[in-house]
Amino acid sequence: MTPYVVLSAIVFSIGVVGVLTRRNALVVFMCVELMLNASNLALVAFAKQNGNLDGQIAAFFVMVVAAAEVVVGLAIIMTIFRTRRSASVDDASLLKY
Amino acid sequence: MTTFWILAPVIVLAALGILFVRKAVHAAMLLAIVMISLAMLYLVLDAPFLFAAQIIVYTGAILMLFLFVVMLVGVDASDSVVETIKGQRAMAVIGGLLLGATFVIGLSQISLGTVVGLDAANDNGNNISALADILFGKYVFAFETTSALLITAAVGAMVLAHRERLEPKPSQASLAAQRLRDYADSGKHLGPLPTPGVFARHNAVDTPALLPDGTASEASISRVLAARGTVRSAPAMADDITHIEQQIGGASHAGRDQSAAATTEEETPA
Repeated sequence: MTPYVVLSAIVFSIGVVGVLTRRNALVVFMCVELMLNASNLALVAFAKQNGNLDGQIAAFFVMVVAAAEVVVGLAIIMTIFRTRRSASVDDASLLKY
Repeated sequence: MTTFWILAPVIVLAALGILFVRKAVHAAMLLAIVMISLAMLYLVLDAPFLFAAQIIVYTGAILMLFLFVVMLVGVDASDSVVETIKGQRAMAVIGGLLLGATFVIGLSQISLGTVVGLDAANDNGNNISALADILFGKYVFAFETTSALLITAAVGAMVLAHRERLEPKPSQASLAAQRLRDYADSGKHLGPLPTPGVFARHNAVDTPALLPDGTASEASISRVLAARGTVRSAPAMADDITHIEQQIGGASHAGRDQSAAATTEEETPA
């Protein structure tokens, strides 16, 4: 199962770099999804490794939470875009205005 | 393992692509590739339920939501290249590489042991009922809690997306009064806007109506078409007609060339 976990680690790192470097709020959000998916892959791989379905259940819960998170996050991005006509995370540095 | 070695490069390349593409739509498409490939890996890892859930929830629901928002926010909304914090990008890449290296080195130093496999856990190879046993037994409280989470998320999205109307909605009567006031103030035409031009061979919204002096009427075409620059101009249309006349008349009706030319001559000044 080591190759699966290594792949998961690589994809997770790519997601981290994406969150830190990209400036478009939507792409940042996609990179967060990438990290969640990478952790899911590790969970499913460990489930097979240990012969135990708890890992698959955990991955399922991660999916549910990701769905809820995407709904709220995208609504926030829409609200920010509506007020300042920009989806860049740099423009949203001031919460006050 | 063959599936893994085919899909792993695809996943890594598509994930790297998300870092480098400029447009959010392309990033969403690459994310779709990553997610579908991961779903296939789940199938290899004896998780058929998660395979279906991954495709339905992630590529079906979440990515569609992403694409909707990309369309609302604007497809052209690409990244700015300006660095707010100096050297932040390089630092982030170095940090990410260090993180990845730490993961990989750490994983290479441990051995996970022999794979137990899910044959025993999936009683009779029925993954879904085995999952249901655990989900509605051991994890039933967590499962019920997710319902509260989903409802909160739905209500939150509705509250965030809702926009309070600041002024009353204009009624038909107030619009008519406004139009009359405009007429009194600036002499703006009261009636509807002119329709687009209708000609012998062109009857489309992109053809402007012609004013009595032969110029095109700006008001007769949609502003969107004018902004896109796809409005047909009247003289170019006349060229079109000449061209078609030549095509029709040139080959088969050689004898009618003269009359066709004559008709063209008559139409051109329009």
